[in-house]
Amino acid sequence: MEKFHMRMGDGSATEVSESELKRDLEDGTKDAAERAKIPPLSQNELAYLFDVFSSPARFVGVDRGNEVIFSYDNGAGKSKEDITEIPLHRVQEAQVYEKFLGADIADFGHIDYSFKPVKSIVTFEQQALEYALLVTTVPMFYGSQPNLGSYTQPDGPCPNPMELLPQGKIAEARAAQEEMMKHAVKDMVYVGSAMYESGVDGINFDTTGAAGDADFLATLRAVEILRKKYPQIAMMVGMAGEFILGMHGELTYDGVRVAGLYPHKQLELVEKAGATIFGPAININTDKSGAWNVARAVTFVKPCVENSNIPVHANMGMGLSGIPMADCPPVDAVSRASKAMVEITRLDGL
Amino acid sequence: MGDPVGMEVAHVSASGMGGIRTAGDLVARMQISRGMKIKEAKEYVAGKLKVSVLELSDPVVMGEIRQDLNIGTMSPFVGGAKGIEAKLRIAELLGIEINCVNKFKDKMKW
Repeated sequence: MEKFHMRMGDGSATEVSESELKRDLEDGTKDAAERAKIPPLSQNELAYLFDVFSSPARFVGVDRGNEVIFSYDNGAGKSKEDITEIPLHRVQEAQVYEKFLGADIADFGHIDYSFKPVKSIVTFEQQALEYALLVTTVPMFYGSQPNLGSYTQPDGPCPNPMELLPQGKIAEARAAQEEMMKHAVKDMVYVGSAMYESGVDGINFDTTGAAGDADFLATLRAVEILRKKYPQIAMMVGMAGEFILGMHGELTYDGVRVAGLYPHKQLELVEKAGATIFGPAININTDKSGAWNVARAVTFVKPCVENSNIPVHANMGMGLSGIPMADCPPVDAVSRASKAMVEITRLDGL
Repeated sequence: MGDPVGMEVAHVSASGMGGIRTAGDLVARMQISRGMKIKEAKEYVAGKLKVSVLELSDPVVMGEIRQDLNIGTMSPFVGGAKGIEAKLRIAELLGIEINCVNKFKDKMKW
């Protein structure tokens, strides 16, 4: 019986039979459809995915004309001495992304990549950004994370809800998160305004919702304020995961309960707040095959694209949306996930 | 796109437009300045450049066009527009506002 090369969600190689491959694709789409109450992939789409994953080619790509826009998270902070031992300044790294890596939108940010620590050094960030904008041609976003967790004691001003919840102090945990949101919104608007005043094309709110519903809501409020303040500013809201955790549980935006939202519903609020680009992020299951993970990710993202009025750039970094959780995701896995996401969902970028 | 180093090459080769090597940055500008979806953004840029949508992702065709229009290339020629100079021309070509270009003009009292 013919066997097909397959990567697991952790990047390790294995082999699957035709029936195993078909079963994984069907189970993956079914899992997403049941969780988010969205349609599963059609038989034609599953057949397309079967062709992509059964191909013996090491590398696959989209058909000519189907290419999409590439934006990045933390694009200018990966080649630090302490990460890859390549001592590049981040302005140089942005240029590398532009000239060598084919970035359509470059990203610029601080090594901590969170709004709170940037606030205290914002003028240094503005200086570096202004120089980067002089020497690059592609659009540039200033990227940072809402990172609500950074507002908890002892590093931040608010009691830690993660300590309060196990003690049964639900009201206190909720009050702490509401207080954290106020600080976060203020910082996001402060930093976002400073960067826009320095000339950046847009702000990239990366890993939104990482600390749950309050994290997501704080970002929506910051987006809303910045949109009113700067009608022309571009704002990309990229998510931390496929599901908004209800760490607070009672927060709403425009009458919609934020906790428990899946990507196609997250999109609606992100659009309503005034963002320019939505970045859905689908979790990876390292115990499942690449075929299972990709079928599942594509199923989640497809209704986002179908229902969106703004461009959708899926997060397809390591450990997201079908890309294996491995330091160096193998090109066979990355190219298959990339092709499948673009050609089935018809999204606008990655 | 996300985090690990080196994966970008695989992604871009599989499904990316190519940025400044092609017309990727121009299509991106229409997404972020006018909120255009990919199809509309590509058609808009193709119309402005008078090329087909397929040619937008062709680095050879676009390399020549970018050089002719002086809107920034991967290997800038002597005297060619670089960085902010290229963006000034891109704003004019696409009929859009570019924030840093406007700031630059303000500083220069253009």
